[in-house]
Amino acid sequence: MIVVTDLRKSFGEVKAVNGISFEARDGEITGLLGPNGAGKTTTLRMLYSLLPPDDGRILIDGLDPTRDAMEIKRTLGVVPDSRGLYSRLTARENIAYYGELHGMSRRQIDARIATLVDTLDMADFIDRRTEGFSQGQRVKVAIARAMVHEPQTVLMDEPSNGLDVMSTRALREYVRGLRRDGHSVVLSTHIMQEVAALCDRIVIIAKGEVAANGTADELLQRAGCDSLEDAFVKLIGSEEGLLA
Amino acid sequence: MRGLTTVFRKEVRENVRDRRALFNSLLLGPLLFPLLFVGMMWFLESAEQERAEQTLELPVVGAHYAPSLIRFLEQQGAVIQPEPEDPEAMVRAQETPVVIRILPEYPEQWAAGLPAPVEVIMDPSRQESNAAIRRVKGLLLGYGQQIGSLRLQLRGVSPQLASPVMLRDVDLSTPKSRAILAVIFLPYVLMITAFTGATHLAMDTTAGEKERKSLEPLLINPVPRWQIMTGKMLTTTVFAMASLALTLVSFRIVLPYMPIGAFGMDLTLGLHTLVKILLVISPVAILAAALLTLLASFAKSYREAQSYMGLVILIPMIPSLIFMANPVKAEAWMMNVPLFSQNILIGEIIREESVALSWYAVSIASTLVIGLALAVVAATLYNRPRLIFSGS
Repeated sequence: MIVVTDLRKSFGEVKAVNGISFEARDGEITGLLGPNGAGKTTTLRMLYSLLPPDDGRILIDGLDPTRDAMEIKRTLGVVPDSRGLYSRLTARENIAYYGELHGMSRRQIDARIATLVDTLDMADFIDRRTEGFSQGQRVKVAIARAMVHEPQTVLMDEPSNGLDVMSTRALREYVRGLRRDGHSVVLSTHIMQEVAALCDRIVIIAKGEVAANGTADELLQRAGCDSLEDAFVKLIGSEEGLLA
Repeated sequence: MRGLTTVFRKEVRENVRDRRALFNSLLLGPLLFPLLFVGMMWFLESAEQERAEQTLELPVVGAHYAPSLIRFLEQQGAVIQPEPEDPEAMVRAQETPVVIRILPEYPEQWAAGLPAPVEVIMDPSRQESNAAIRRVKGLLLGYGQQIGSLRLQLRGVSPQLASPVMLRDVDLSTPKSRAILAVIFLPYVLMITAFTGATHLAMDTTAGEKERKSLEPLLINPVPRWQIMTGKMLTTTVFAMASLALTLVSFRIVLPYMPIGAFGMDLTLGLHTLVKILLVISPVAILAAALLTLLASFAKSYREAQSYMGLVILIPMIPSLIFMANPVKAEAWMMNVPLFSQNILIGEIIREESVALSWYAVSIASTLVIGLALAVVAATLYNRPRLIFSGS
C-alpha cells in the first residue's frame, strides 16, 4: 500500500513534480500514465528513496523513504526503465547478486531462482551470459532480479518498452499474477493500451501534476468520451508527448 | 559488511571475465615495462660497446704542422682522415663526431717550447659522439704528458716534480649501488603500475556502471552506499596490487637476461626484497584506487572518465622525474610525502642500504592516511543524487 501526498521536487527552476498525490492499494495494479517528461520517473525515484522529495509525504506500508530508506528498500521490488544487467554475468548470477545484496542465503536464492525460472519461463537462458539477450529476455531477468526477495510492493518503469507482442503478453500475464497474489503494483507508462489492458486504477500525470485519477470507467465518464485515448488527451489538455 | 563482500566478490568475478580489465591490469604493466627496461639496457649496452670498439676515424686539419703527433695518433690506432674543407660544418652535419685542427703557429710554438695549440672540434650535446670525443681528448692529453716528461728529462729534471699531486680513485660504490638506472627506473615503473593497474577498474565500476545504467538499480538494494563503494574500491585495490606483484615477479624473471657486466650492476631481486618492495608500495595501490574511483565517480561515461585519466597518470611520474632532474639526499621528512617516500625507499631497498624502520612506518602510515581519507570521500560520493543520475 502506497500513499503519496502532495509530493514536490524541483531541479533548479524546473518543477519536475509539483504536488502529486495518489494511492496504490494491495491487490491492485496502479498505472502512472503521462507523456514523456511528465514527472513519472522522478516520482518513482522518490518512491524508491534514491531522490529525496522537496516537500510532501510518501508512506509505503507505513514506512517513509526519507527516514526508513533501508527498510523500504527491503520491501520494494524495482524494475527500472534501463534494465541495467551485467553483461559479463549469467542471468542466474545477475539475479543471485541481488539476492545476496538482500542478505538471502545461498539456499534461499537457489530455491527462489528455481521458482522464478519456472514462472517467467527462463530455463533456456538462465545460465547464459546476458550479453546479446533480446529485450524480452532482458525484461524477464530484470523482473526476476527485482522479485528475488519477494517484495510486497513492485515498481515498474516503462516495463513493456521495446518488447514484441509475445513478450508483452507474457509480461502482462505475470503482472496479473502479482495482483492475484496480493502485491501492490505500480507501473509507469506512456502507452495507453498498456493501462487499458492492465490497470485497475489510473493516475494521469502531466507537467508534474495529477490531471486525473480513478478507474478506467471513471475517467471515461469524467471526460465524457468513448475511448480512453480521447479521455487522456482531454484530461491532460494537449496532445503533446502522446506520439513519443 | 555483508553487502561489501558481496559487491567485492561480484566485481572480481565480473572483471576476471573482462578481457579489457585483464589486459590493462594484469598484462600491460607486468609485460610491457620489464621488456622495455631490458630492451633499453640492451640498446644502451650494445651502442656503447660498438662505439668503444669502433676504429677511430679522425679527420685532421693541418696535419703537416705536427707530423710527430700524427705518428703518435696512428700508433694508437686512429685512422687519420684527409683534411676536410669545412670541419665545423662536417661536425654539425654529424658526418664525423670530432675533428682536430692543428693551427699554423703550432710548429713555431713547439720549437720555442711553448704550448702548441690544437683545437678539438666537437658537439658534446650529441650523446652518441661522447665516446669518440673522450677517446680523442685522452689521446691528445697522453701525447702531451709523454712529451712533457721527455722535455723535463732532457733538462735533467725528474718528471715527478711536475706532478706534485697524485690522484688515486678509491671506489666505494658496490656493484649494487651502481645500479643507478634500475634505482630510477624501477620505482618509476612501479608507481605507474599502481595507477595503470587501478585505472580500468576504477572507471568500469563507477562511470562504466553509470553508463550501462546498472548503478541506479544497484543502489535500490538495502545496502549502505559506502559499503557498495568500498567493495568496488577494494576490488580496484586488489587488481592494482596484483598488477604490482606480477610486475615485480616479471622483473625478477627478466633480470638474469640483462647485460649486467658493462654497467657494473649486480641486481637480483630476491624473494625477501620483492616482499619488502611490495609492502612499501601497497599503500600507493590503495591511494591510487581511492583517487581514481573518486575522479571516475564524477564522470557520466567510461569515455569521459578516460579523458580525466590521461592527466592523472602524470601524478605518479612526478617524483621520479624530479629525482632524475635533481637527485636529492633522502631525508626523514620526505617520508611524509606519498609517492616521494616510496620512490626513495625502493631505491634504498634495491641498493641494499639499511633504512630506519621508522622511515618505513612513516611512509606507509602517511600514504595510508591520505588514501583512506580519499576513500572516505569517494565512499560517500553517491549519497548525492546528482551524481547517480548524471548522464541519464
